[in-house]
Amino acid sequence: MSTLAPVLSDLWDAPQSWKLDTYVSRNGYDGLRKAMETDPAELITMVKDSGLRGRGGAGFPTGLKWSFLPKPDGGPRYLVVNADESEPGTCKDIPLMMANPHSLIEGVAITSVAIGCHHAFIYLRGEVVHVYRRLLAAVREAKEAGYLGSDVLGTGYDLEVTVHAGAGAYICGEETALLDSLEGRRGQPRLKPPFPAVAGLYARPTVVNNVESIASVPGIVSRGADWFASMGTEKSKGHGLFSLSGHVARPGQYEAPLGITFRELLDMAGGVRDGHELKFWTPGGSSTPILTAEHLDVVLDYESVGAAGSMLATRALQVFDETTSVVRCVSRWIDFYQHESCGKCTPCREGTFWLKQILQRLEAGEGSESDIDLLLDVAGNIEGRSFCALGDAAATPVKSAIKYFRDEFEQGLHTPAWELFPYEANAAFTGVSS
Amino acid sequence: MATSMTSYPDDVAERLAQDAQQILARYPEPRSALLPLLHLVQSEDGYVSPAGIGFCADVLDLSRASVSAVATFYSQYKRHPNGTYTVGVCTNTLCAVMGGDAIFDHLAAKLGIGHDETTEDGTITLERVECNAACDYAPVMVINWEFFDNQTPTTAAETVDKLLAGEPVAPSRGADRVSTFKEVSRVLAGFEDGHADEGPGAGHASLVGLELARKNGWRIPGEEEAGEAAGPQVAADAAASGTDPVGDEGSSAEREPRTPGDADADPVKSTDEEGTDS
Repeated sequence: MSTLAPVLSDLWDAPQSWKLDTYVSRNGYDGLRKAMETDPAELITMVKDSGLRGRGGAGFPTGLKWSFLPKPDGGPRYLVVNADESEPGTCKDIPLMMANPHSLIEGVAITSVAIGCHHAFIYLRGEVVHVYRRLLAAVREAKEAGYLGSDVLGTGYDLEVTVHAGAGAYICGEETALLDSLEGRRGQPRLKPPFPAVAGLYARPTVVNNVESIASVPGIVSRGADWFASMGTEKSKGHGLFSLSGHVARPGQYEAPLGITFRELLDMAGGVRDGHELKFWTPGGSSTPILTAEHLDVVLDYESVGAAGSMLATRALQVFDETTSVVRCVSRWIDFYQHESCGKCTPCREGTFWLKQILQRLEAGEGSESDIDLLLDVAGNIEGRSFCALGDAAATPVKSAIKYFRDEFEQGLHTPAWELFPYEANAAFTGVSS
Repeated sequence: MATSMTSYPDDVAERLAQDAQQILARYPEPRSALLPLLHLVQSEDGYVSPAGIGFCADVLDLSRASVSAVATFYSQYKRHPNGTYTVGVCTNTLCAVMGGDAIFDHLAAKLGIGHDETTEDGTITLERVECNAACDYAPVMVINWEFFDNQTPTTAAETVDKLLAGEPVAPSRGADRVSTFKEVSRVLAGFEDGHADEGPGAGHASLVGLELARKNGWRIPGEEEAGEAAGPQVAADAAASGTDPVGDEGSSAEREPRTPGDADADPVKSTDEEGTDS
């Protein structure tokens, strides 16, 4: 049986958990002290050896990403933290930064030293003002205490950290769109290669990492790569925040070693809400193919979720019970992708526009015979043909939902989803009266 | 009113120019300042005004068209005067299913406005918002980008009534009271407002896993040895400073009881006991 492993979340219930004093009283910034006495190449090796893989969704090995930076040429090298958490269902980085911003700041400092960066950026989505306050305050506190700024811990190392607020655009979670946005432009993705490691922010070598990835670095440095690698499975090491939401008894954050099963997490969360049963769920946000009750025992690591036909991604486990219309859910997700499509490439811009219209008539019970095949056709013409992963993501819920619940889409030819699945029955409250 | 002008009066322009210099100083390249400058403009005018576009263009030596092209890309930049409070109801899938659609419909009917519309008195702009990374608190409402968790049509309407009456409202996880749209825009431009230490570190849903681990005595690898090593030092520090160590003891006691675990007379003690047994 798996148990939870609160590493990053361990401090969250402390009084004034976000303050520097609180963090330091729990051995905070010990990792940075150690890092300042360590050869930068050795730091990269430690993170490689730990097996840490990117926690923002793609799961790319973090240490390997760092090692892709070209040799120093005397010019600037940048670290940019992707704090644009916007994937529907994903809600781990925001509580992390609200409760314990210093775990991220320490990770930023260590990573900067490792890659030779003297000016790091945290790109936070703009719609979370209190988290921005906490980050601004944390950087100020860390600077005043000598953990950031000029002459870090008396070592002569200079490190500026700028916390930057976005302005509402899901696409800025895509790393090259994020860089364009940080450069003061519309957030549209760039053609790769060149990858950010070679030509990123201001066309300089840049590492872009997720909040949770960077916040995991201090633990690896202070406790050791072996300690981190002692958690998890063969190729998916360490701890991760699993976010359960929707029709579960106790939604929330559950930090566990990778490789815990969905059934175990669901049990810990008190199961599906009283009197109901599981219908479908996402393993890692709306961009990952949905799974069903037959996948309860899927091991939540990158390989196993992949083998089950989905992706671990951000471990955003959205749970829907039998009262929920899958057509309604997919229709709303597609509204989102259509709204957030940046417009740069035709398959995504036009494809999401058409998907949205087809799904809205299926939800209203006004679909036509050919609509389901048309959905699959449009989705198939977006997937693999769009400029960035947003297009693929839009195709994903459509294809996976039709795969498991085609009959429900067929009912959309004659009966509205709200008659098949009365929407009042879904809500967390009863007795809605407008 | 600045709203009808295409440039600011001298005193306003001078004040904003000083703020702009502070913003520019944060970046190696000036153009990176554009997003915060647009937030700054909204803190002055309550939307991205023609004067504001001109100001950003002049500061960064860009064309007005270039600035407009950026401003229109992002949903937080308003193209017409915004209400004092943006009331956003998450209607992305999970929140919608959990009741967000019903909440939005209820507020729209109550206020007589739809998405991106503002009440006649200029108090409230109603919005459907996309996922705001608080799914474990669904359904969620955000007012000027502060979290109102686990809403119902009734609680949302009560909060809106307070706003209409000019009374302060307090978010679930955020500052003691919600600031105005202009005030919040200034924070988003990167200027601290002194409210960072208000509100909780974490809400109840953020802590459910941690509480379960404490209750069951689940430890991370190496924690017991590390705990023993750190124990005497922490205790000595506590004795020296005359305070309890920051940590387990204070945490649950500071919270309102919310979960079954809270009902336990001494959850910390039982955690320790289970930890010792294992």
